[in-house]
Amino acid sequence: MLIDLFPKTRENSRQIKSKTEQKDSPVSVACKKCGAQLSAAKYGKNLYVCPTCGAHGRLLARTRIRQIADRDSFHELFGSLQTADPLHFEGYAEKIDALREKTGMNDAVVTGTCRIGGMKTCIGVMDSHFMMASMGSVVGEKLTRLFEYAAEQALPVILFTCSGGARMQEGMFSLLQMAKVSGAVAKHSEAGGLYITVLTDPTTGGVTASFAMLGDIILAEPGATVGFAGRRVIEGTIGEKLPEEFQSAEFVLEHGFCDAIVPRSRMKQTLGDLLAMHGCKAKRGE
Amino acid sequence: MSMEQNMEKQLRVIHDAARPNIDDIVNEVFHDFIELHGDRLYGDDRAMLGGIARLNGTPVTVIGQRKGHTTAENIEANFGMAHPEGYRKALRLARQAEKFHRPVICFVDTAGAFCGVGAEERGQGEAIARNLYEFMGLRTPVVSIVTGEGGSGGALAIAVANEVYMMQNAIYSVISPRGCASILWKDASRELEAAEALQITARDLYRFGMIEGIISEGRSRTAYFRNIKSALTDSLKRLESMSGDALRQQRYDKFRKIGVFNDTNL
Ligand SMILES: [Zn+2]
Repeated sequence: MLIDLFPKTRENSRQIKSKTEQKDSPVSVACKKCGAQLSAAKYGKNLYVCPTCGAHGRLLARTRIRQIADRDSFHELFGSLQTADPLHFEGYAEKIDALREKTGMNDAVVTGTCRIGGMKTCIGVMDSHFMMASMGSVVGEKLTRLFEYAAEQALPVILFTCSGGARMQEGMFSLLQMAKVSGAVAKHSEAGGLYITVLTDPTTGGVTASFAMLGDIILAEPGATVGFAGRRVIEGTIGEKLPEEFQSAEFVLEHGFCDAIVPRSRMKQTLGDLLAMHGCKAKRGE
Repeated sequence: MSMEQNMEKQLRVIHDAARPNIDDIVNEVFHDFIELHGDRLYGDDRAMLGGIARLNGTPVTVIGQRKGHTTAENIEANFGMAHPEGYRKALRLARQAEKFHRPVICFVDTAGAFCGVGAEERGQGEAIARNLYEFMGLRTPVVSIVTGEGGSGGALAIAVANEVYMMQNAIYSVISPRGCASILWKDASRELEAAEALQITARDLYRFGMIEGIISEGRSRTAYFRNIKSALTDSLKRLESMSGDALRQQRYDKFRKIGVFNDTNL
């Protein structure tokens, strides 16, 4: 996983700044797809896209925000929410503590507002380095609050989704977040709000089966895994290997469940164009 | 009995092939059932039953996953695991119910939404997501009863309701206990331990404020159906006087409050 390439970042997620990036990374990294050796600096400059094969690497939430938001425009919201352990599930509290320390995040999503091309929007970014961005109460609550806030403030919502699925350590509290967030998406939509989803690698399980598939416009990064059931579960059921492109963003587009595949190099521009075409007005400064 | 023995017995009860299924419930609790087929988009999913019937004389829409009593029936019903077209049929019938001001009554009994190639191609995730979104906004009463297995998103897709009940032996879980054990401990045989840890019984969910009540299964099939009927009758009596907007708001609020977390700002 990408996180292993970088040393511990100890800053609290509430102090996430667009500048505190994946800075002191090792000199060179290997592309996970084609194995090409990449200079870490060049890889970062290339937005963590492999120049050899085009594979889009998984990003830390704060790296994603730096790539998308206008400089210094991101303001975090609901960053004070922290994971609890409602079922006293064996090993869960320790796991959360260790991840908090390792990633500097409280849980698997960062939410707030930012400007893109000067246009203000709500933004939520899920981060697979935190328990595969599984959805528990904190993820569900932060996203719900984000949609409620956006509806109140008449702002669009852009979500970068990724997730391994439900946070099983929170049991039914985890499952019911799917309904809770979907309800908040509906309220925002009824208020006329624009909601754009960007499916990133990997978007699966309960996140696919709720807010990831509910965008007015659904974009995806090239090559991202997007699906409901795990590939291995399906392979187990049918007793054969599935082709590589199964459950890729391209597969999802082909079957009619996403609007467009947008490479990372064009993501900010595309989001800005979409915001502008939905009546968002650019304004400099906060 | 130990907790694990209880759980073992409970799992045996809900997996018993003779346990009443949706067809039995439709026959015993309702009158004049007319099955309505198809999602108008792709096909008719036999894993999801839908139709109109009378409850105490009043027309209602009935939706539910179907499990069979025999292997042949189970194969026809895909063991109660619906494809996207099953969820889309459920949504079509729920919208139809809304149009004609009929209450929607859902019976949940599924190991989960089907995991397969066709299900992925036809958007299993989108189908479930759409149901969560649309059921939340229905301007008609929705009551769901988990009768056996409430398996994850495939169960929730017909359980975004104003009131949710569980039969006393039913379970409702984010992941199957087997699946949880094999992920956590790489050992599916520790199923009972996982079931304990996940807290998936009707009592657990009632304690968490996720369901409105637990329906006693009684000592006979007659009692089983009578208790379902009486729970539904009471529930609809409460909901029928509410306006469409009030029903939507009540449903939103019910799910809105679910979640456990700490807030360092408080
Ligand atoms: Zn490469």
